[in-house]
Amino acid sequence: MSLTREEVLSVAKLARLEFNEEEIQRFQADLNNILDYIDVLGEINTDNVEPLVQVNESGVKLREDVIRKSLTAEEAMKNAPASQDGALIVPKVVGE
Amino acid sequence: MKKIYELTAFEIKEKIANKELTSEEVVTAIFDRIEETDGEIGSFVSLRKDKALAEARIIDEKVKNGEQLGALAGIPVAIKDNMVSIGEPSQSASKILEGYEGIYDATVVQKLKDAGAIIIGKTNMDEFAMGSTTTTSIYEKTTKNPWDLERVPGGSSGGAATSVAAEQCFISLGSDTGGSIRQPASFCGVVGLKPTYGRISRYGLMAFSSSLDQIGPFTKTVKDSALALNILAGSDDYDSTVEDVEVPNYLDYLTGDIKGMKIGVPKEYFIEGLNSGVKKVVDEALEVFKSLGAEIVEISLPHTKYAAPTYYVLAPAEASSNLARFDGVRYGHRTKNPKNIDELYTKSRSEGFGDEVKRRIMIGTYVLSAGFFDAYFKKAQKVRRLIKNDFDRAFEQVDIIFTPVTPGPAFRLDAKKTPVELYLEDIFTIPANLAGIPGISIPAGETDGLPVGIQLLGRAFGEKDILKAGDAFEKAIKERV
Repeated sequence: MSLTREEVLSVAKLARLEFNEEEIQRFQADLNNILDYIDVLGEINTDNVEPLVQVNESGVKLREDVIRKSLTAEEAMKNAPASQDGALIVPKVVGE
Repeated sequence: MKKIYELTAFEIKEKIANKELTSEEVVTAIFDRIEETDGEIGSFVSLRKDKALAEARIIDEKVKNGEQLGALAGIPVAIKDNMVSIGEPSQSASKILEGYEGIYDATVVQKLKDAGAIIIGKTNMDEFAMGSTTTTSIYEKTTKNPWDLERVPGGSSGGAATSVAAEQCFISLGSDTGGSIRQPASFCGVVGLKPTYGRISRYGLMAFSSSLDQIGPFTKTVKDSALALNILAGSDDYDSTVEDVEVPNYLDYLTGDIKGMKIGVPKEYFIEGLNSGVKKVVDEALEVFKSLGAEIVEISLPHTKYAAPTYYVLAPAEASSNLARFDGVRYGHRTKNPKNIDELYTKSRSEGFGDEVKRRIMIGTYVLSAGFFDAYFKKAQKVRRLIKNDFDRAFEQVDIIFTPVTPGPAFRLDAKKTPVELYLEDIFTIPANLAGIPGISIPAGETDGLPVGIQLLGRAFGEKDILKAGDAFEKAIKERV
């Protein structure tokens, strides 16, 4: 499997990343080396193997649904790049 | 007489409790040591000297009043930069979290505080714990191996490893997704424990690969590792992946007696590329276990060679998903003057993440994308099961497994390695993360003046077995020196 320049750009778009020309070439080469490396998995027959999603398969652990202390709006906003009156501020998107 | 910073955590604990030392003296000695050494080593990215000293005085007051003390009372501890703590910088060594301050305590931080430990600061790491050198940190500081300042400390918990190796604290916490505790421990000559998946809460650990990440301690001795695990292990309402398995007193198992213990040696871990100096240390270590009366059994873990490729599908996939939360909206770096919301996301992320993180996000996004999901992601999950099955079968035969930690000792900081060459650094440590089992790296000797560790792997929740064997080994080699 080898990624073309267009495929690299398409994956970057999905990942919400952008690259300059030099980076595109470098990432294309790196990604193809990594894909070559992981392609070895194709050697193994896994037809009747169940995928392992979580190693501890004891099922979902639930706890009582009780109200506890949580962060205040002020605390939650503490690291926000821009906020006002308990709300996050982002660029205007209406009408786009 | 030993200097304060040369003591072990256990010795500090006892000396504070019986009033031979005050916590304030210990914390002062540690900050003096940091001042003296950290310009060269570069373990720390933030320090909290005044707060630590104030906390130490509170512990000393408790000692004076005869109050009950926590199990880590007065002991200076360092935390990796990817664990949050209230009011402290927590940045995962990434530009995208520049200036981020914790608004709650990670469960491990809370547990340390409850046990009376004194948190002294945050340690350097690879950005978002992705790497094996600690050189992908965004901080303008290079963490160096205390044994040879021209060599890497390992990664991603490099700063956590060097903080203990350079005797700048007595316990530090790291995180291990594919070997990020055990590899730097081996490179720096300290003990590094990656517990069973589900043994320690990950709440407050900035997620890299949620099904593989696990927090664990770096210490000078196996006994200190048991002491730390006693505090860190156990259930947590804030992390549903922590299993409700009883936490034994791990110190009780350190009897030194391992007669009759069955130790498996997997033939697949003794590959051609294994450095001859590392092999010599590992072979000699095996002789030590034999001399202690352990029974050595050759075993096979046939899917070993597929572990690293499996990891490099699953970990980036989970990382790409976990790091999707960094969008410049709620926290973290935001690009200047974005024209619209799309540009806000894309430019904030592109400016905030470093190259290695971007590489993994790209691989992860690709293997999860429609059309490739089955061929890569699902395939890797199936191989993961085969790898776990190998271990399950092995543990029907043996009590623990013995392997090298890394193919070679710490390499030079200026070594030019490709991403794939760097990924091969983790080939002996990754399988334990995929299988969710505990592993410990213990100093076993040196080659060309650099430390070499051995790795012991145990059954899920079998930390007591590897701590017991590791402690017996450590005592045996100390006697020989």
